[in-house]
This record gives sequence, structure tokens and C-alpha cells, in this order.
Amino acid sequence: MHATLTIARRELAAYFGAPLAYVFIVIFLALSGGLTFYVGVWLERGRADLQAFFDWHPWLYLILVPAVGMRLWAEERKSGTIEFLMTLPVTTLNAVLGKFLAAWLFVGIALALTFPMWLTVDFLGRPDHGVILASYLGSWLMAGGMLAISAAVSALTRNQVVAFVLAAAVCFLFLMSGLELVQALFRGWAPDSLIATIASLSLLSAFDAISQGVIDLRALILFGSLIVVSLFVNTALVELKKGG
Amino acid sequence: MDTLLAIEGLSKRYGAIKAVDGIDFSVGRGEMLGFLGPNGAGKSTTMRMIAGYLPPDRGKVSVCGFDVLRQPLEVKRRLGYLPEGAPTYGEMTPSAIMSFVADVRRFSGADKRRRMGAMIERLHLETVLHQPIETLSKGFKRRVGLALALLHEPDVLILDEPTDGLDPNQKHEVRTLLAELATDRVIIISTHILEEVEALCSRAIIIAKGRIVADARPSELLARSTYHNAVGLRLSAAQAALAQAALAQLDGVARIEEQQEQDSAELIAFPKPGTEILDSVRTAVRQGGIAVDEIYVDRGRLDEVFRELTAA
Repeated sequence: MHATLTIARRELAAYFGAPLAYVFIVIFLALSGGLTFYVGVWLERGRADLQAFFDWHPWLYLILVPAVGMRLWAEERKSGTIEFLMTLPVTTLNAVLGKFLAAWLFVGIALALTFPMWLTVDFLGRPDHGVILASYLGSWLMAGGMLAISAAVSALTRNQVVAFVLAAAVCFLFLMSGLELVQALFRGWAPDSLIATIASLSLLSAFDAISQGVIDLRALILFGSLIVVSLFVNTALVELKKGG
Repeated sequence: MDTLLAIEGLSKRYGAIKAVDGIDFSVGRGEMLGFLGPNGAGKSTTMRMIAGYLPPDRGKVSVCGFDVLRQPLEVKRRLGYLPEGAPTYGEMTPSAIMSFVADVRRFSGADKRRRMGAMIERLHLETVLHQPIETLSKGFKRRVGLALALLHEPDVLILDEPTDGLDPNQKHEVRTLLAELATDRVIIISTHILEEVEALCSRAIIIAKGRIVADARPSELLARSTYHNAVGLRLSAAQAALAQAALAQLDGVARIEEQQEQDSAELIAFPKPGTEILDSVRTAVRQGGIAVDEIYVDRGRLDEVFRELTAA
């Protein structure tokens, strides 16, 4: 625990020590705001909710979360610092968790900085604060799932661009797995139970459920297990790839 | 002497290549071991396995009685490791990264300050403490890496090419530091600089193609050199022929090599195995009335022994 938190602290400081953090936060805030107001025509809808704001999150995360996660392990391996880190008295799990927590907290900070949206909707009308809180939580959990995928993919390669593209592709499949685009790939040869399973892995459906204000247990389990499984894979990949 | 590091049958392969092929040795407190070998001989792989970074395919490493595979954290607490090239987080400052390592190793308060202060002073890091490491010179980067490996005053210190990239003054300082540290712990250094082993190490292991080909004191390795106890004479070119004739008469001399320079020459008389020829050479020179500028006994040449052992 101590080692995990120490690593997380260092990683978080590393984010803010590089321009990436500020670029990420500014772009996230600008895009989420701009899309909500201009494309989501939030004000014209005349409804006191943040639906038009949260609807964009899966698509913003699809690009921005792999950008946060791509450096986690690829950079360590490329610069050789993984050898320094892993010969300190820490376990691989300490390092995997510490790095993930730092990145997740960082995305959380960016998300929290969208609070003026909440203030605005509260000023203009009488929103359901429970729904908004649930949506924020769901959004952060979804980001966590995509981040865990990106971290695991990052452990596969020493090239950050490859890590970014691969992670975005895997996240896209998870987002879309409930939709025809992905389902059509499996229909016709896979058994119905498999198709149903794949559909139930859809992050988009799970996030939709939560952002309606329903704290859907299945959605929480999906996000939670996605994080746990991805980090487990991440740990195994770091162990496996140490030699090469 | 208590054994701090014991290695048995250590092996590692990468695909079809046997990087390390059955290495055994043990090292006791107070020993400074020089690890020598051509590039690709398996030095770094062996050191990585000792440091717990790479798992061995076969064999055992034990550090202070702890098995590196079964109790990796116990081993890592007692071991300091400087990886090849001293990789560290470039965006951090020396001060921040030392603080990070101190935190991971659970030093805090006055203890942490004392340890960091000692490293800063010993490795002369005062002037660069708050500059990002990526902006520092190679010498400073190496010294930051050393500070991180030494911060917890480990019992076993594994340094992969610690003086690579340092200028002669910095090399000298690092060697002095290592010599001070060596008295009550185990230090293993890998290096390509053979004089460093002669000057610093109490023991040298030479490996080639993943196997140990020599494990001896540097003086014993020198004794294997054909130059060991050879007697050299520096004299004017005019005297060289005379001297060569005189030396050729001597019983103990196996052969004579002559190197001509502009107006001077150097003769090297190689002794027959196990014989000392200095006295007889001196006598022969005096009796022959030969004017000699310099006379010396060669201790042996490590590079020659190294080539002999590893080129096969």
C-alpha cells in the first residue's frame, strides 16, 4: 500500500511536470464545453439537465484516455527506467496499481474541473442533482475502464504511438459492442449466448444507464471488472515483457 | 568471512541463445568483485538476475540469505543496483528522485534528510539538485544513479558499468568512493576498463559466452600473462644489438622482443615459466658494460589475459 501510494504520487507529479497534463485538461474542457453548447445545443433544449454534456464523454474519452494511458509502461520500457523501478522494493502489482491510480486521479481532476457546467445548470433551472452526481461517477468509472485497457496495452510495446492507436481501437470495440457495427461481425457464426455476452460488455449502454440516474448494478460490475481484469492483464504483461 | 551473495547454476536463455549458462560463485563481505567479459558475454543479464529484475530460467541467487525468486522484496531491500546506462526519470530533479527512492524505502524525517545529504555531498550533486535530470551531463546522470543505488547503504551493491562516461577526475572520485564503501559490504562492478579491476577489485571474474572462464585475484590473472615477470630494457639504438646478444646467453630467458623507436629501443626478455630473470639480466648488463636508460619488471598485462580467455 505504502509503495503503491508513493508510486502514484510520483506519477501524478510527473503528469503535472510535463505539458501533457495542461494540454489534456484544456482540450478536455474546451471540447466538452464546445460540443455541449454548439453541437448538443444544450441551452436551446431548455432542459435543466446535463445529458447533452455527458453524452459526449464516451467519445472524448475514446481519444483522450488512451493519450493519458499510452505513456504509462511504453515510456518506462523505452527509456529503461522500468529496470530502475522494478529493482526497488516494490511488487509489479504495486507499480501497476500506483500508475493506474495516478492516471485515474488525473482524469478525475480534469473531470472535476467541468464543475462550472453543474453550476450553470443549477443557476438556470432546477436540475436533479442526484442524476448529475451519478453521471459524474459513471463517467469517471467509464474513464477508469478505458484507462485500465490503455495501461495494459501500453505494457505491450515500447512505442507510445502504437500503444495509443491499439488502446483507442480496443476501447472503441468495448464502447460499441452493443451496436450493430460490432454485433454484425459475430452474427451468423457465433452462438446467441456469445453475442448477448458481447452486447452486455458495451460501455456505452452501461454509461447510458447510469447517466439516466439509475445506479445500475450491472453497469458498476462491468466497469469494476473491466478495471480489475485489465490491471491483472497489465501485471502479467509487465512480468512477461521484462526480459525483452 | 560471511557470504552475502551466493549464486548457483544460474542460467538464462533468450530464444535459442544461451545468454547465461550455469554460473556459480559466491562473494563475502569486504570483497569487491570485478565482472569482466566481452560485450554480449552475459554480464548485464547476470546482474539483472541478481538484482531481481529478470527471473532466471534455472539456478539460484541468494542475497543475505534471501532467495531472489521467493523473497524478492527482502532481497531488494538489501541490494543497491545501478542498471547499465543509469536510467532515471529525466523530467525529475535529482532532489525529487532521491526523495522518491527514500519514500519507497521508507526513510522519513531526519533519517531521510541525513541520507540524502550524505549522498549529495559524497557525489557532489549540490549544484544540480533542482535541475531536471535530462538536462544534466552524462557524468552527473551517472552520479545521480549511484546516489539512488547507495541511498539505503545496502549490503550488496551491483553496479553495471559505474564509471562509463565519466571524465578521468570523476572516475577517480567514484573509485575512491567505492573503495571506501567496499570494506563492509559486497560490491560487484562490471567494466570494460581493465585497469579499474587491477586498481580496485580484490577479485575478478571473467565470463565469455555465458560461462565463467576465470575467477581469481587480479594479481593471479596477471601472473597468467606471458608478460608476467618479463624484464624490459630501454636503451639507445646503438646499444640494442649488444644487449640482445648478452641477454640471449642467459639461461632463464625464453625469447627476446625488440621494439625500435627513432634513436632508442626497447628490449623485452621473456622468462622461461617459473623463473625470475631480473638479477641475471642486471648482472649481464653490468658485465657487458651496456648503457641502459631504464630497466623494469612487467607485472603482466590484463588485456592480453582477457583476450586469451575470451577470444576462443
